[in-house]
Amino acid sequence: MIHVENLYKTFFVPHKVKALHNVNLNIDAGEVVVVIGPSGSGKSTLLRCLNQLETANSGKILIDGIDVMDPKTNINKIRAEVGMVFQSFNLFPHKTVLENITLAQITVRKRSKADAHDKAMHLLEKVGITDKARVYPDQLSGGQQQRVAIARALAMDPKVMLFDEPTSALDPEMIGEVLDVMKNLAGEGMTMVVVTHEMGFAREVADRVIFMDQGAVVEVGTPEHFFTNPEHDRTKLFLSQIL
Amino acid sequence: MTMLGNQIKKPSYVLSITLFFLMLAGIIGGIYYATLQIDYVWRWYRVPQYFLFHDKMEVKSEIEGDVSSISVSGKQTMITVKDTDQEESYVVTDGTLLVDEGDRIYPGDTLAFQKKWKAGILMQGLWLTLKVSFIAIIFGILIGLFGGLARISANPALRWSAITYVELIRGSPLLVQIFIWYFVLGTLINTILAKQNMWQVPPLWFGVAALACFTGAYVAEIVRAGIQSIHRGQSEASRSLGMTYVQCMVHVILPQAFRRIIPPLAGQFISLIKDSSLLGIIAIRELTKATREVVTTSLQPFELWFVCAILYLVLTFTFSMFLQYLERRTLSQ
Repeated sequence: MIHVENLYKTFFVPHKVKALHNVNLNIDAGEVVVVIGPSGSGKSTLLRCLNQLETANSGKILIDGIDVMDPKTNINKIRAEVGMVFQSFNLFPHKTVLENITLAQITVRKRSKADAHDKAMHLLEKVGITDKARVYPDQLSGGQQQRVAIARALAMDPKVMLFDEPTSALDPEMIGEVLDVMKNLAGEGMTMVVVTHEMGFAREVADRVIFMDQGAVVEVGTPEHFFTNPEHDRTKLFLSQIL
Repeated sequence: MTMLGNQIKKPSYVLSITLFFLMLAGIIGGIYYATLQIDYVWRWYRVPQYFLFHDKMEVKSEIEGDVSSISVSGKQTMITVKDTDQEESYVVTDGTLLVDEGDRIYPGDTLAFQKKWKAGILMQGLWLTLKVSFIAIIFGILIGLFGGLARISANPALRWSAITYVELIRGSPLLVQIFIWYFVLGTLINTILAKQNMWQVPPLWFGVAALACFTGAYVAEIVRAGIQSIHRGQSEASRSLGMTYVQCMVHVILPQAFRRIIPPLAGQFISLIKDSSLLGIIAIRELTKATREVVTTSLQPFELWFVCAILYLVLTFTFSMFLQYLERRTLSQ
């Protein structure tokens, strides 16, 4: 489903930083991959390169067989197939919860208002906030906002979901409700790439865990391998610091 | 002394208000007293006629003949002049007749005086100021919106064009720009049009163009700042859903930016209404030019300039109230 080959990305602000350094990755359909690593290790950059919110300097990214870095590719079409959930939710504050979920369905998927509405209500039911359909995002708690953001991404019927630290901006008591939604999604067979610091989620849900440091993939393995018997010293150090 | 000290430390509300009105009365009284010293005679009763006046129009016969009939129906009177081979009827509303039935009439004879309410020169000037400002605001918004988007465009040709435009306009006085529009571009355009035997562009449109271009540059900067003030996450979220740049702008960024730019836009448009007073120099008889003309004929400059200022105040105040209402409405959503 996702194929990443020799990906390089360098930032020059304010100093030269190697955000991604020769990253290679293969993710199959239905797989849940959790990316962990210290801040600044390039996890988010990798995720943002996948749907071209950032452009890598060199390398190759194939999503569902389509080269997303090819200038001839219609990137908007790819993005519609790749849902993304952000750390800071990024709901549209001037639109109601319902409008947040229907907007892209109507403008991008060209669905009728009624179809988009039905889809939105169905998804709100799935994430457990049907009663908030008519309110504006600022009247919701952080956890509710993030669940709406997940519903908004799912409304496009994506083939892949990218989660960029979805629980990092939440109060501790709200993390659970968002992780539950993500667990259900994984159970339904959605292909997911999740950048997170929630080790419990990684252990429970992930098919594979990727540890990144300084822009490079250091170690890849199953959750059991990671949390019981990590290979590299850098991985051991990181896990000992956060567990 | 201690009393005074206490009062300054703890001024009572009523006392402060009284002080304010005393001050106001003092200034007005002072000006009035000063005008008495130079024997200025205030004639406020002469002002209304420049807004609305009762015009006495003569109804004249165009043919020779006899007044054959005068028929009255309500306020309307119909006078029919008849000759052997021709007949003409004149309708007079609310007027005074000067002829009787059977009178002999020659061409150019006055049949009746007709009274009619007409807008005075100040009213016409006010209307023209309103019209010029309104058109300039509409075009200013369009130019500004396009300029602001071009200013943040990734395309260097668009971006540099926008920067050049904004810097040129903001860096030169409006008065000079009006002269350039009228005396340079106006002469060029109208001379070329005249050579092709075509219609001439009236000065009003050069004035409107000068104002619209001037305002457009400021609006472009306001629009740019408004768009840039919207968090990057908003465009990232909409683009990640597959929306195009245009869809993202129309549905997500601009509606949010619009709310934020209403207050600075209001200030800009109020400036524009006031700046339209400069158009008098290219023979557009807007409010200020109209006032100047009335002053030269009536010799009542004191009353008229105050009236002129108050009329501008009424325009700008109404406008700012409207925009405040708009702002409240978009915020209450």
